[in-house]
Amino acid sequence: MDLNASLFLVRPEVILSFSALVLLLLSAWRSEAGRLASILAVAALVGSGAYVVHSLCTQTDATAFDGLIGNDAFGNYAKILIYFAAAISLMIAPRFLEKMGAMRAEYPVLILLAAIGMSIMVSATDLVTLYIGLELNSLAAYVLASFARYDGRSAEAGLKYFVLGALASGILLFGMSLLYGFTGSTSFSAIGVALNGDVGLGMIFGVVFVLSGLAFKISAAPFHMWTPDVYEGAPTPVTAFFASAPKVAATALLIRVVIEAFGNEVIVWQQIVIVVALMSIIIGAVGAIGQQNLKRLLAYSSINNIGFILIGLAAGTEQGVAAMLVYLAIYVAMTLGSFIALMQLKAHDGSYRETFGDIAGLSKTRPALAAVFAIFMFSLAGIPPLFGFWGKLVVFQAAVAANLLPLAVIGISASVIGAFYYLKVVKVMYFDEPVDVIAPSDDLVLSWTGGIMAAAVSPLGYLAIPVLAALSAQAARALF
Amino acid sequence: MNAAALPILSIMLAIPMVAAIACLFARAETARLLALFATLLNLVLGVWLWVSYDPAGAQWQFVENEQLFGPIGWKLGIDGISLMLIMLSVFLMPICIGASWRAIQSRVGEYMAAFLLMETLMIGVFAAQDLLLFYIFFEAGLIPMYLIIGIWGGAERIYASYKFFLYTLLGSVVMLIAMLWMIQTAGTADIPTLLNTDFPVEAQKWLWLAFFASFAVKMPMWPVHTWLPDAHVQAPTAGSVILAGVLLKMGGYGFLRFSLPMFPEASADFIPLVFGLSMIAVVYTSLVALVQNDMKKLIAYSSVAHMAIVTVGLFTFNQQGIEGAIIVMLSHGLVSGALFLCVGVIYDRLHTREINRYGGLSINMPKYALLFMFFTMASVGLPGTSGFVGEFLSLAGAYKVSTWATLIATTGIILGAGYMLYLYRRIAFGEQKNADAAAMPDIDGREIWLLAPIAAAVLWMGVYPESFLGPIRRDVATIVERIERAAPAGDSKLKANDPTTAKYRVRGHGEEKNKAEGSQH
Repeated sequence: MDLNASLFLVRPEVILSFSALVLLLLSAWRSEAGRLASILAVAALVGSGAYVVHSLCTQTDATAFDGLIGNDAFGNYAKILIYFAAAISLMIAPRFLEKMGAMRAEYPVLILLAAIGMSIMVSATDLVTLYIGLELNSLAAYVLASFARYDGRSAEAGLKYFVLGALASGILLFGMSLLYGFTGSTSFSAIGVALNGDVGLGMIFGVVFVLSGLAFKISAAPFHMWTPDVYEGAPTPVTAFFASAPKVAATALLIRVVIEAFGNEVIVWQQIVIVVALMSIIIGAVGAIGQQNLKRLLAYSSINNIGFILIGLAAGTEQGVAAMLVYLAIYVAMTLGSFIALMQLKAHDGSYRETFGDIAGLSKTRPALAAVFAIFMFSLAGIPPLFGFWGKLVVFQAAVAANLLPLAVIGISASVIGAFYYLKVVKVMYFDEPVDVIAPSDDLVLSWTGGIMAAAVSPLGYLAIPVLAALSAQAARALF
Repeated sequence: MNAAALPILSIMLAIPMVAAIACLFARAETARLLALFATLLNLVLGVWLWVSYDPAGAQWQFVENEQLFGPIGWKLGIDGISLMLIMLSVFLMPICIGASWRAIQSRVGEYMAAFLLMETLMIGVFAAQDLLLFYIFFEAGLIPMYLIIGIWGGAERIYASYKFFLYTLLGSVVMLIAMLWMIQTAGTADIPTLLNTDFPVEAQKWLWLAFFASFAVKMPMWPVHTWLPDAHVQAPTAGSVILAGVLLKMGGYGFLRFSLPMFPEASADFIPLVFGLSMIAVVYTSLVALVQNDMKKLIAYSSVAHMAIVTVGLFTFNQQGIEGAIIVMLSHGLVSGALFLCVGVIYDRLHTREINRYGGLSINMPKYALLFMFFTMASVGLPGTSGFVGEFLSLAGAYKVSTWATLIATTGIILGAGYMLYLYRRIAFGEQKNADAAAMPDIDGREIWLLAPIAAAVLWMGVYPESFLGPIRRDVATIVERIERAAPAGDSKLKANDPTTAKYRVRGHGEEKNKAEGSQH
């Protein structure tokens, strides 16, 4: 395949790369042009998103650069979610960061670079491409975490993220080198062929290390320790970004590695995934109970949700992968929405608030915001008729279909523990006496995006089930 | 005009839903009127539904089937059992709104919205014909009820709301897994199809237990009933009415719709468990009710005892028992709702539920005392009231299966008379020992309008139960026919031609005649 054809297949990434470089130049000369750069970055994301939608509709599955990177329905599905989350993170950020005195034109550039990295992650079909995408995303993310440089917590978050992220990358690289050593290839399909039947100890070590490294990236227990600290320290729009787009990318990457590279030896990784899933559900639920800071609470909630998503992977079937993709889409809407709601918690003096004490009795002083918040909490808890329930349902349906009944029963029973702390948020907002800390919102962008997300996870979201089911089934089929 | 010409069930679901959204944005007075109007409109539609329902027609009527939500089919349809329970819901809702007319002064719009949402969900539970749709309606009821208890409840409302939510959620999630397994195995979520699907006997046991976990909590059965007294005591009056009146019936409806016809063998195997728990519940909760000082708690425990008679009746596997259980459900829905309203009437005046703070109310509140007396008698099961019909039928059915269970369950009626009459004596009779209670005015027009329709319905059901038995008879027969193959043998089978019992045997007319003729010779 010639270079032109290859470049044509990766045109979304090409568009984003050029846009990022142009914006980088712009920001070098006009660092105060953060808003303009953000708008241009959103336009770039929409443009390349249009190409992704186009190739998703025309169903052109192909690999580029001699099998280093693929363009298939699975990657395209994940890319739509990633670009969407990145665009929302760009739209909600400028006002917030300006108030913190941290808005600079590098913000959209870094988000774009992270988006390119994630794009590469989800379409990688080779360990080397995988690693390049992962690092491109991670390096941008480390900087983003400490973007509010004069804020001690933000700097701490960035440093923590960097040190632990580097450790995880090391683990991942070590696993990859073992896999390469024992299978003789870095290509997923070639590893898949070699990992068939006679699996030696070295290969198992490789698989375990790769899975551990990736579990770190999706913040699944027991590799979740960084999540609450980083989520709490990073500026809230950045946290919203971390909780949505990179989660989708890393999960999609994990799915592809597990299904394409290790798919023939389900027995090797299934137990690992089951243990990680259940640990994430339980630690995510129990850890959140004592939290006073809402951002930390949402961090544990994301750990909890990753656990549910991994149940679909434990099933190891096409249905399971499709279920994970449905859950991811709903999860992006829920988590972005919750963080947007969180960003509207601004006190009368203009400072941003993020603890339980500040939202006491919010339903009396800010009824609409409290209602939206409550919708997200019930949805995250998976209570019908909110749309979060549908994500849990398809995942458990896949587990039941794969005959993993004990996993399904334990997992769904543990979701009741999680319901406790989501209820606590609702309780504080609705049942407690109002403290009147939070000022009326003056940010239309936040109100509208939050409202749209709330509508998406409300029962109206059920109308999207047929579309979501068709797209996710098509995406999952691309892997099998 | 026949109601089947319209998607009547969808309309009945939509009216409260739309009104709920409107109430959120309305001012207090508008919200009250709007909620009352919407619930009355639904009551009218419900009556039309009942009139249009043909007891001899197809098993499932007013069927709707739209593929709106992919795998979740918007499938609605009712049989006679669903019809009766929907009627109960739409009948109690305007009364609930009326009961909250003055008692609720804060956040009226949200309150009315929560109740209207509740009505939609209740009708949905009884009308859903898709397993997942049923689950969504069944579970979604937790949210409005959590808010009703938590926002407008009493002093311990937060504990009660958490307990209610988490208890029932834990029960239900396991049922969801069982439902997913059934959908997977049977290849459909259509309830009428599943009703005639024979699941493997060894799987039935697990499925039955999973459903039992949910319905037993909802019912509630001893020993998972402890959320109920807390929730009842803390909920506002109308919340208690709807909780006792309709939400508890979802458990019984679940047993009837799912556990029995879908898992007949497992149901038969677990009869000792159900009867055992019910027997304990009848005696234990009745005794607990006897020593309560809190009126609402007393009625809450009496609910658990009455529901135990329902479970005994349901698991008799015969027509009489199941019909009786349904009538007890309907009767208890009306009577306990009315009793909670009676408590609400005096609570609104004195703001205490403590029995000792009242006394001698028949002197200063004669109309109230009369109505309260009537509902007390209905709760006891006096002939002529609805309570008698249901309890008699279900115990008669139970007698065919287990004499012991019947014996113990019947003590519940005696104990019931004990605690209810004791309650009534302490509140209405005796001397007026508290000056503030003695100064309370009698019930006004609004309160009479709340209680009188229930009294009329209770009397109707007691005097002419055929109106209520007619629509359900054929559907109960369908269930009995379905589960017949697993029906338990009764423990009181008489030996044929046993000389020691011959003189007690009831002879047929022909037999009697022959004997008489024989003696003449």
